[in-house]
Amino acid sequence: MSMRALTGLKPIPPSEITPREVFLDRRRFLAGATAAAAGLGTAAPALAEEMAMKLPAARNAAFSTTDAPTAKKIITGYNNFYEFGMGKSDPAASASKMSVRPWTIEIGGAVEKPRTIGIEEVMRLPLEERVYRFRCVEAWSMVAPWIGVEFNKLAALVGPTSKAKYVRFTSVVQPSVMSGVRAEVIDFPYVEGLRIDEAMHPLTILAVGLYGETLPNQNGAPVRVIVPWKYGFKSAKSIVRIDFVEDQPRSTWMKLQPSEYGFYSNVNPAVDHPRWSQARERRLPDFFASTPTLPFNGYADQVASLYAGMDLKKFF
Amino acid sequence: MRSARAADGRFAWATSDPVRALKPLVFLLCLAPALLLVHDVLYDPEALGANPAETIEHVTGDRSMQFLLGTLAITPLRRITGWGKLIRFRRMLGLFAFFYGVLHLAAYIAFDHYFDVPAILADIVKRPFVTVGFAALVLMTPLAVTSTAGWIRRLGAQNWSRLHKAVYAIAVLGVLHYWWLVKRDLTWPMIYGAILAVLLGWRVWNETLGRQRRRPARVRARAEPGPAE
Repeated sequence: MSMRALTGLKPIPPSEITPREVFLDRRRFLAGATAAAAGLGTAAPALAEEMAMKLPAARNAAFSTTDAPTAKKIITGYNNFYEFGMGKSDPAASASKMSVRPWTIEIGGAVEKPRTIGIEEVMRLPLEERVYRFRCVEAWSMVAPWIGVEFNKLAALVGPTSKAKYVRFTSVVQPSVMSGVRAEVIDFPYVEGLRIDEAMHPLTILAVGLYGETLPNQNGAPVRVIVPWKYGFKSAKSIVRIDFVEDQPRSTWMKLQPSEYGFYSNVNPAVDHPRWSQARERRLPDFFASTPTLPFNGYADQVASLYAGMDLKKFF
Repeated sequence: MRSARAADGRFAWATSDPVRALKPLVFLLCLAPALLLVHDVLYDPEALGANPAETIEHVTGDRSMQFLLGTLAITPLRRITGWGKLIRFRRMLGLFAFFYGVLHLAAYIAFDHYFDVPAILADIVKRPFVTVGFAALVLMTPLAVTSTAGWIRRLGAQNWSRLHKAVYAIAVLGVLHYWWLVKRDLTWPMIYGAILAVLLGWRVWNETLGRQRRRPARVRARAEPGPAE
């Protein structure tokens, strides 16, 4: 005899259960409303900090580096997120004002089932922790314990067609809270792209968490791409739109400085940035840039085959 | 080094020479940013942020540029304010520009390149922003060395002042260095560039147009009502 017969209750379909995320979000909303009512407007950033929610996920050791993760304070305090300003500490100072709920991602283009997906549904996908090296084009690096889901799991929900040769990611624009957007330092929204095989590679994840909690806003909440073998700017933050396309997308940095930032932008110690060497990196918070940079940021075994026969100097 | 005691036996601050009294204070103020960096490196690395080496490079580079502009501001300020004694601070400001420039280069050699000499040489040759920054510091070196009264005597005032005209080129190279290295945000290079343009523009004006009309122009400037009037 089943439990159902004993209790006389119908099983609750998974879709009916309030996800922990949404549930906590309501509490956050209430807490925020209470604080606002009490005239504690200035308490908002602190609140956002407190409200980072636990997001337990088992570490996938096979896909994780054994390098020691960089201190959380550094990962969350030193960011390039130009929508919030050009300074490295600008995002940590002002990204808490970004609204990350409700949040949806529009998925379209060359797919069988174009749709809009809520962040709650993304967070119900099989999340796991991936400790990845993160190498910025500016020659500094970190090691970050992301929590996320392989991008191919999301792609499976919409079914890319044979015309889907590339994937284009578009980041959010919230001008009222983004000083960098208002200053028009760059033509926002931020756009990035991957070749379809790069996007579908198991190393490519959509990250929704960091250090066992939901992603801090300055790191690209609520959901961002992480492509660990490419320079950091390829990993677009705060994604609101994903398009599967036939032609190679023109990314924001390609439009800005095509001679310096190519579409592929694979980490490569042998191909210098026009203005600095990429042979070594500074593992923050080290003083010395004494860490040798590895081809494909150390992920060559997994991804080098994607570029077999390509001249990586030409396709930088 | 001159003693703090004036010739007549009284202490400097008791004499009528305010410059001599102010100099130690100005010296300490100029040195303060470096002392602060040393303090943070030794006792409070977190104060230097997530990328301490970058912070040190930015602070020393900025200070070098600022002292360079300060040095170039002395002459116009003397003329405009009429306080001729300002000239006695110029050498100190110039030497601090050099001092912070040397720290800046040292940080680059140690932190960015980890003393890898071939890589550093390749960098200087290959990258225009490094080339001009390095050139600026190389050009500053003879100016720093010949900044003493003894060297003015040895070179003769005219040669000395001809040599020290290199400071204009150095400042232009400094701004270029900053301009070419930033990725996107040109705010600060533009601010330094604008200040330099004003300082150099003033000299051009003063030398050419201003030459015949200098006196009347200055009288006019003084006679102009200020905002408070």
